[in-house]
Amino acid sequence: MALSKSELSVGDTHEEVVVEDLTRTQIIQYAGASGDYNPLHTDEIFTTQVAGYPTVFAHGMLSMGVTGKMLTNLVGDGRLTKYGVRFVNQVWPGDTLTAKATVDAIREEDGETLVDLSVSTVNQDGAEVVKGSATARIDG
Amino acid sequence: MATDHFPIEAGHIMLFARSIGDTNPIYHDAGAAAETEPGHVIPPPTFVQASAQFTEGYNLRPEPGQPWFGSGKEPTGVQRAPGGEGGGTGFHAEQHYEYHAPIAPGDVLRAVDKQGKSWEREGRRGGTLQFSESITEYYNQDDVLVVTARSVGVQTSRVVE
Repeated sequence: MALSKSELSVGDTHEEVVVEDLTRTQIIQYAGASGDYNPLHTDEIFTTQVAGYPTVFAHGMLSMGVTGKMLTNLVGDGRLTKYGVRFVNQVWPGDTLTAKATVDAIREEDGETLVDLSVSTVNQDGAEVVKGSATARIDG
Repeated sequence: MATDHFPIEAGHIMLFARSIGDTNPIYHDAGAAAETEPGHVIPPPTFVQASAQFTEGYNLRPEPGQPWFGSGKEPTGVQRAPGGEGGGTGFHAEQHYEYHAPIAPGDVLRAVDKQGKSWEREGRRGGTLQFSESITEYYNQDDVLVVTARSVGVQTSRVVE
């Protein structure tokens, strides 16, 4: 279901838990599907002994992907026109991520009604891991 | 990440959606997808990143017979040169997409890479940070621009604390 202008106000928020207790297996699933087989994400021995990190960590794109699930659940299928993020902090196995969208603006452009959203995903400690923005077409 | 031939496949979309924990039927059920506004299976918004699967010589995919920097008998299959990189790591710093036209299974995309800006700054946690931007335009088989991707990578001079 797409959003309609009449349902939205600036400042509205939508929040979802997008990953609960992130597993190493899900990170491996993401590696296999995306084709990014960097061992930093899947290979504990390389990551701890060679790269010097405490354990493997998620692809930034996995954090962006799960955050995108919250966005498409909110705005509807095929409605996004823009989606961009900065990767602010690493995401580790065991993390629980909550993604939130906030309505920044509702506007008209080229005969379409658009909503601008700011996007923020935090871990179980409240630390932001992904920060960004998105724009979607909504019903006028 | 340029690739000349990125076939959009329903099974690949299903696997990708599973990997991000997205159970929306539009990503795996053609019948349910037919009832939606797009009217067909579509990929999740970050799916074009998986074009890496179709990029020849992609450096984050092991190739048969080639050394690989992950572990096997040894913690890494590639020895760093002495006095070499100093423990720095390449990271993905930013990713931005613009969606111009729908993508469906059966499409074949072609990616065109454009070098963006590069810059450097001192970081708090990873030493000197070198940023570089790349822009990738994805065109479909009808030469319609479907997605523009802008990626920013960062190379740290040491392990991020």
